Amino acid sequence: MRYLPHTPEDIATMLKEVKIDSLEGLFAHIPQDCRRKEALDIPAALTEWELNDHMDEMAHTMATAPEYRVFLGGGSYRHYVPAAASFLAARSEFVTAYTPYQPEVSQGTLQAIYEYQTLTAQLLGMEVANASQYDGASALAEAMLMAIRVSRKKTVAVSRAVHPMYRRVLATYFEPTEFNIIELPYLSDGTTDIGALRDMDDLGGVAVQSPNFFGCMENLEAIKSSLPDKKSLLVVCFSEPLAYGLYKSPGHSGADIACGEGQSLGIGPTFGGPGLGMFAAKMKYVRNMPGRLVGQTVDKEGNRGYVLTLSTREQHIRREKATSNICTNHSLCALAAVIFMASLGGTGFKELARLNYDKAEYFKGALQQAGFKLSFSQPTFNEFVVAFPDGFEKTYQELLHKKFIAGLPLVDFYPELKNHYLLCATETTARDDMDALVKEIVQ
Amino acid sequence: MKEINELNFPDDVRYAKSHEWARTEGDTIKIGISDYAQDQLGDIVFVELPEVGDTFGQSEEFGTVESVKAVSELYMPVAGEVMAVNNTLEDAPEKVNNAPYGDGWMLEIKADNPAEMDDLMDNNAYLQTLKG
Amino acid sequence: MKDTLGTTGLIFNESLLWEKGKKGRRGFSLPRRDVPEHAVAKKLEGPGPDFPDLSEVDVVRHYIRLSQWNFSVDSGMYPLGSCTMKYNPKTNEVQAARPGFAHAHPLLPQHLSQGALQLIYELEQYLTEITGMDATSLQPAAGAHGELTGMLLFYAYHKSKSAPRSKIIVPDTAHGTNPASAALCGYRSVPIKSNERGVLSPQAVEEIMDTDTAGIMVTNPNTLGLFEENIKAVADIVHAKGGLVYGDGANMNAVMGIVNMGDLGIDVLHLNLHKTFSSPHGGGGPGSGPVCVGKHLEPFLPVPRVIKQKNRYVLSEDFPESLGKIHAFYGNVGVMIRAYSYILSMGPENLKKASQLAVLNAAYIKERLKGTFHLPYDRPCMHECVFSDKLQEPYKVTTLDMVKRLMDYGFHPPTIYFPLVVPGAIMIEPTETESKEDIDLFIESMKTIAREAKENPELLHAAPCKTKRKRLDETLAARKPCLTG
Repeated sequence: MRYLPHTPEDIATMLKEVKIDSLEGLFAHIPQDCRRKEALDIPAALTEWELNDHMDEMAHTMATAPEYRVFLGGGSYRHYVPAAASFLAARSEFVTAYTPYQPEVSQGTLQAIYEYQTLTAQLLGMEVANASQYDGASALAEAMLMAIRVSRKKTVAVSRAVHPMYRRVLATYFEPTEFNIIELPYLSDGTTDIGALRDMDDLGGVAVQSPNFFGCMENLEAIKSSLPDKKSLLVVCFSEPLAYGLYKSPGHSGADIACGEGQSLGIGPTFGGPGLGMFAAKMKYVRNMPGRLVGQTVDKEGNRGYVLTLSTREQHIRREKATSNICTNHSLCALAAVIFMASLGGTGFKELARLNYDKAEYFKGALQQAGFKLSFSQPTFNEFVVAFPDGFEKTYQELLHKKFIAGLPLVDFYPELKNHYLLCATETTARDDMDALVKEIVQ
Repeated sequence: MKEINELNFPDDVRYAKSHEWARTEGDTIKIGISDYAQDQLGDIVFVELPEVGDTFGQSEEFGTVESVKAVSELYMPVAGEVMAVNNTLEDAPEKVNNAPYGDGWMLEIKADNPAEMDDLMDNNAYLQTLKG
Repeated sequence: MKDTLGTTGLIFNESLLWEKGKKGRRGFSLPRRDVPEHAVAKKLEGPGPDFPDLSEVDVVRHYIRLSQWNFSVDSGMYPLGSCTMKYNPKTNEVQAARPGFAHAHPLLPQHLSQGALQLIYELEQYLTEITGMDATSLQPAAGAHGELTGMLLFYAYHKSKSAPRSKIIVPDTAHGTNPASAALCGYRSVPIKSNERGVLSPQAVEEIMDTDTAGIMVTNPNTLGLFEENIKAVADIVHAKGGLVYGDGANMNAVMGIVNMGDLGIDVLHLNLHKTFSSPHGGGGPGSGPVCVGKHLEPFLPVPRVIKQKNRYVLSEDFPESLGKIHAFYGNVGVMIRAYSYILSMGPENLKKASQLAVLNAAYIKERLKGTFHLPYDRPCMHECVFSDKLQEPYKVTTLDMVKRLMDYGFHPPTIYFPLVVPGAIMIEPTETESKEDIDLFIESMKTIAREAKENPELLHAAPCKTKRKRLDETLAARKPCLTG
């Protein structure tokens, strides 16, 4: 086996050194009734050639562009990743390193994360960002637990226009706790109905997503001013941070915590994971933040350098009193994101955001011209909901045969939204593809 | 870390087993941590203190003190209401290391029962407990 | 001693991203615009981020230089105890990068995503078999996330019996995540000391196990690198009081094909695909932390689960007792692909052999460094061994000093000051992918350092001296946090 360098002579010499006569003998101290008797029942080893064929075959069953024309968004977006960005993020010095516990030999990872934290804070308009978390859903769950810690209250409110799967993960995290989640309905324009907020007491935080699951921008300032209590936190969640190249960032709109999914920023969809849990907050809450933080300092010779810091918040020191049980971050995804943001630059980021918006607006216009109605009137970024006529389900299936994936049916997540579909267009969606889809639907 | 005989244990304060000290200053009592405690913790990077007006019972936790790799709870040597908090520690936690009985003080309280001071140790008794 | 690996190479200086660049540069090619501009709602419009503008060359040089400041498995031996820094096969990267996987949207119709679903299904089967458990969920995104899922399973199980419990037993050798994960589920940790042999004693468990205790969290092999020889007796005691046994599988690399975790009485076990199953650590993630369970806990596993119906793979939500979702989609599929590729490349014999050689390498290091360093538990070790700095105390040299010096010799330091039960611990896990020559060089370097400790302790206090940065001021970083530039 090519990953195991030991020759029979090596094994013999080493066994002799440890005074044991066989490899099996190394386990002689394990009680017999704990030993496995039978061999592992898994497939026999494949050669690299066989493995390639097998994996190739499996990968080919997946419906992806360009063979399929995919108009899916809903928390995972197809964006172009520049060749230089994928190349850099694949550097094995980054890929095969561990968490940077030994800063003298980890300055590469540490500086890159520091840069990621800086650009993330800037993008989200916040004062401080952590080194990242697992995904948008767990970032939201951790944000709501943090809101409870900071406010010392027991209830949080979450908009129904927050990604349905994020809400389910949040519910899982809250299930064994004494804290409550109240869901806020959405209005006919696609934004959150905050009417109920005023009468809520014991409210630790309110979470809305902007752009929300319907693609609609929330009126964050209005929500902020409706918070019933100075101590309740506004948590702004997102699944498409590229939107902040065009629209106001969460921080500019009064968010106390901004969190969400950063897959959009140079990370492939990979069937939903790994993603990038982005997490940022106001500096005054930093000691209540979950997750790793990298900070700037100097070395013995006075040279600028970076270390993991404020670790006393974390599990390996504070154990059961830690702000979270999280040990690491999604470092490599954070690296991909910072390289992506650096490649775009401020100018490019805005241009790309604008192009996404214009593509989606064109798509909307084409569908409206063909006689279809948009479900919601609020401005959107690169995805939006369309109300198709009864019976569209059949058309949708036929379109699949023609290799069009005409968006995401919302009825599975919102029973009241039968025939409503979430459609997405990014810079990777050609006008011809949108025109072709509209033409097929009309037929 | 220093040897015990290199540390300073003034006789104008009284000591708790959990290494806090208390000093009567007129109507109020000042509270901090001992030279031994700060030395054990090493470089202190953060002190979390309560707000003025909070009240605590004797031995109740009133805050935490952090070094780079450790967190320790702080316990009230005597019960009372917080009258003042040393806010300068926010920007200069190193004062606890440099002057644990002076600029590094933490709270000023109004004791519920000043007689609780008698539950605490004098410097000799405290030194004995440290020497084990 | 042969030449050391350590040397001072050509290392470039590099400033921060925003100290470079100029307005007007770009490192990105936008597609040709084929749609008109559309007006934007003024009220919502923002200024956009003020990132530096850089050329593609700027970005490439910047991150290449940064990469050169990192130690990685691909550059040398990384004997970080408890972290299983084995070689990360390159074919795994090729498999994960296949466009069919890398570009697959998670909400594709199921009949158009059969390959990914098949992979999840089969990997779950393989891990179930390798651990000797009954069912697996791949949804947790990391080891700590798997632990949390495990605790949620405990919670769901006890709740289903209408008897929620409030405590959990955690040994003093446990990772800090154990109590932190338990606390997220409202469990109060009850610590238990390991005995003089470095393992759990059934009597000690008997004394504290009661009907208000949800169960026990055990790492086996434990963090001292020792096999918990009383595990079955411990499990019996816990089960008799209605509790469950949680296995932290961080150290599974020692026992593949050697021990069935299910047979030991373990009810829930989490794995780290990025340790045992060779996916790269990525400088701190992404990993993947599957949970494997016994039959009685299967109904509570996260949903959706991939099931096989005839020859089709289907995502099923039809598990009414499930604890719910723990990840937005299905977990870190990209990491699963790498682990799947690894398992198929290795096959049953090589997986077992990997565990055997991992243990052999650790035993060999233990034997050869015994005497040079203090060995607190001189017993047969598994895949890692734990020394301490006790013999170097007279020279006022600490574990930290010695491992910093190890960098100068071209090795990544072992895990230090953990487990907490060994003061000044040095925890060495070589893994099976290190050759005898590299291990010998590591041993020689450690012995040289021990000699230096005696003869020239100042050298160690000043170490490392060949790295890009010297020892960093962590106190300053924590006192005056500077977290963004």
